[in-house]
Amino acid sequence: MIRARGLERRFGEKRVLEGLDLDVAAGETLLVTGPNGAGKSTLLALLAGLLAPTRGEVDVTVDRAEIGYLAHEPLVYRELTPLENLDLYGRLYRVGERRERIGMLLERFGLWEARHERVSTFSRGTAQRLALCRVLLHEPALLLLDEPYSGLDAEASVLVDEELGAPKGSRTVVLATHDPARLEGLATQRLALA
Amino acid sequence: MSTSLPNRAGIVLGAAALVLLSAGFALALFWVPSDADQGFSQRIFYVHVPVALTAYASFVWGAWKALRLLWTREPSYDLESYTAIHIGVIFGVLTLVTGSIWARISWGVWWSWGERQLVLFLVLFLFYSAYFMLRYSTDPGPRRAGMSAVYALFGVVLIPVSFLAIRLAENFIHPVVFNSHGPQMAGSMFFVFCVCFAGMLALAGALYANELTGKRLDTRLRELREALA
Amino acid sequence: MTQYVGDVAALARKDLLLELRARDTLPAMLLFVLSALVVFHFALPDGSSRLAAGGLLWVAIVFTALLGLGRAFVAERDQRVLDGLILAPSDRSAIWLAKAVSVLAFLAAAEAIALPAFGLFFAPVSRATVAAVVLADLGIAAVGTLFSAMAAASRARELLLPLLFLPPMIPLVIGGVGATVAEAPARYLGFLAAYDALFAILCWASFEYVVTE
Repeated sequence: MIRARGLERRFGEKRVLEGLDLDVAAGETLLVTGPNGAGKSTLLALLAGLLAPTRGEVDVTVDRAEIGYLAHEPLVYRELTPLENLDLYGRLYRVGERRERIGMLLERFGLWEARHERVSTFSRGTAQRLALCRVLLHEPALLLLDEPYSGLDAEASVLVDEELGAPKGSRTVVLATHDPARLEGLATQRLALA
Repeated sequence: MSTSLPNRAGIVLGAAALVLLSAGFALALFWVPSDADQGFSQRIFYVHVPVALTAYASFVWGAWKALRLLWTREPSYDLESYTAIHIGVIFGVLTLVTGSIWARISWGVWWSWGERQLVLFLVLFLFYSAYFMLRYSTDPGPRRAGMSAVYALFGVVLIPVSFLAIRLAENFIHPVVFNSHGPQMAGSMFFVFCVCFAGMLALAGALYANELTGKRLDTRLRELREALA
Repeated sequence: MTQYVGDVAALARKDLLLELRARDTLPAMLLFVLSALVVFHFALPDGSSRLAAGGLLWVAIVFTALLGLGRAFVAERDQRVLDGLILAPSDRSAIWLAKAVSVLAFLAAAEAIALPAFGLFFAPVSRATVAAVVLADLGIAAVGTLFSAMAAASRARELLLPLLFLPPMIPLVIGGVGATVAEAPARYLGFLAAYDALFAILCWASFEYVVTE
């Protein structure tokens, strides 16, 4: 599913990742840990295809339609409503039975009541819930999650736990987190970045 | 291209440039007959037009390298494209200067909006200067390389479009030396022109090889320093 | 193909919806173009030809477009939503096309006010001028959208966009002014059409490389 050799990414003079080798098979859950600035977000962006490596190579066997990428920012339009945002992404990702799926996700993450309110009125945690809906909308085969729990309250965190814990066939997950203890049971592989 | 000193291609081209340009300038000043209409001052043509054509050639070379970058995503093409365009801008400025001097000598004014070639180079100068602004204000990396490459391709398409536009903008005629039947010059004039043109191309090539080698050395040095650190 | 059109439609609808909610760019463009025309009146000394005013119309259009283009990718840049759009399986060029369509809509709306105002302040606007404006708008939207994306990716956005945008606008201005003042506007209109076709294709094909790595 994922293969990286000698992966390196630099920003100008600064080298964030260096000589990284990685092998992740389909169905695995990879936990990426490390202090701030270690390169967790950079690695996820490289795997998503948003960044190109400055050296080495990375090979992800699925194409964009099968990837769900959760970044630090929710990647939603602040002046649109959850419904409008998800409708746009639903169209772009060719989600079948789009309306039903959107409704189901909004309901599940407790956003149904707020579906007609602009995202600019949301708190950080609420926007993060919407981001999670966005990521799961098209049922991706590869989930790339950059600190999915950040900003979430206890209730929402449990929802994420449930989503990650539920068996989903050969869904592969790569997760960057500050709180590895929470997902100890799920991880099949660990990567600690320095 | 090897980074080891001495840089063979650069030296060969440099030598060729020296020989060709010395010969060309000598021929242009002393041997070739004066132009019937414009007299002695017309000789600056042997510098001005080769410089202009070399600038075009550099921009096209830069665009070619840019295309290669987008095609193969090989980062080394970014430096080559940038260097070619850099050389092109240098020759472009020279074109503006020599053209201005020619205008002054021939018609008594330092600038004329009726001079198509001059106006075109002014537009190109603005366009390619913005290229450097674009690079300067973007962090180095694959993104900057991609944007620069697209911009370089844009430029090469803009050249004929701008030329056509300037023609449409009604003006008086730049002394046409090449017309659709071929150069309307005497054989000797054409020969000297070719010598100077070849010399300018060799000069551009030498500068290109030189600058590229220098920049690659810088990169290599930096890499070695990091590897040791 | 229908998928592509659907993508463009969804994205363009999103842009128009955003402007409808924010209501900042279009009113600013309208006010700007009117102010510019008034400034031009005072900038033309007494006895200036009508032709000079015709030329200034094009200055107004180009700089009004510049104003609008500066805002084109703001929403995508601020929340990095562009990353989300790029990762979608849809063609990246659809993002460009949709954005260009919305830029075109704003520009057309601004000109719907500007041209009558010009007719009121200076001189009636000929049919050739209107045709030239329509054709030039296509080129402005196409090229402007591409460069707006480039500028948005850099550090010096508002500074960079005019530098990138203005040189390629020179042939368009020549074509536009030519069509406005010349006796035989046909060749200028033809030139504008050719410019549009050529650069639209170039922008469409190369947008992908501007927004991805």
